[in-house]
Amino acid sequence: MKFGVVVFPGSNCDHDTHHALATVLGRPVDFIWHQSEDIAGFDAIILPGGFAYGDYLRTGAIARFSPVMRAVTKFAKSGGLVLGICNGFQVLLESGLLPGAVLRNAGLRFVCRHVYIRVEHTDTPFTRAARPGQVLKIPIAHSDGNYFCDDATLHDLERNGQILFRYVSPDGRESAEWNPNGALSNIAGVINHERNVAGLMPHPERAAESLLDSADGLVILRSMIDSLARRESQSVGASVAERVPA
Amino acid sequence: MKAHVWVMPKQSVLDPQGKTIQHALASLGFAAVKDVRQGKFFVLDLDGMSRDEAAKQVERISRDVLANLVIEDFRFVIVE
Repeated sequence: MKFGVVVFPGSNCDHDTHHALATVLGRPVDFIWHQSEDIAGFDAIILPGGFAYGDYLRTGAIARFSPVMRAVTKFAKSGGLVLGICNGFQVLLESGLLPGAVLRNAGLRFVCRHVYIRVEHTDTPFTRAARPGQVLKIPIAHSDGNYFCDDATLHDLERNGQILFRYVSPDGRESAEWNPNGALSNIAGVINHERNVAGLMPHPERAAESLLDSADGLVILRSMIDSLARRESQSVGASVAERVPA
Repeated sequence: MKAHVWVMPKQSVLDPQGKTIQHALASLGFAAVKDVRQGKFFVLDLDGMSRDEAAKQVERISRDVLANLVIEDFRFVIVE
């Protein structure tokens, strides 16, 4: 099981993400430079937070055209696990791998603080280690996190269970008061229809050690590890079955 | 040959920056300004193609790169 963390010019949470996976969780991780189109050997790809390409034009708009994104798109289309965190989420939205877009925060401010998000679905590779409705305390740090999509898309997201995380109060109530950026329907993160590509504005890698106030972000990273372990045991099972005549 | 491209937030999309500018104008006494929408303006310098071909390319560039059609609309003109 090997994680890949993409490094764009301007990524600044790449090392935090590497630390959470390698040091805190003890999993193999390598960086992938944005010019690389070779991502063979990776089982999950994480697009980290930061300001890829200076956020020029729109957040994620230029990063989307980098060589590594051609490989990531192919990887995603073939069922590989891809998680976008903050700026990485914005890149996934711009690339069309996830539905919707982000606008400037409703208050126009860069908001950097812990928020509470509720896990809306636990039947995904990114949330399987969570309890249904579990509230996670995870920090955000962004200017453009105000999630938006049209009514038809919102309807589809609801119906297909694609709204993965919502901003809520510490006890799990959804209200405008606990929405830090004006996001439509309090949406903090979404997943694609095929359920192998997800993105969220909060930073799970910054909530990976209780020393840093919260380790709730590990729920998401551990879910990915569980999912990869299951995939590995299934594929071992499948290859054994191929060799053993029925 | 130059192309001018305007990219604006869709009418259905809240524009917090435009709203803030409108509030600032109101506080400066420009009470007649009821709404402000903030967008982007691009000037593209194109070379070695017909006007029709330029229009085709600028359409593609606007659609695929300059605007995000989830939240923005665009229009352009080809100018000499």
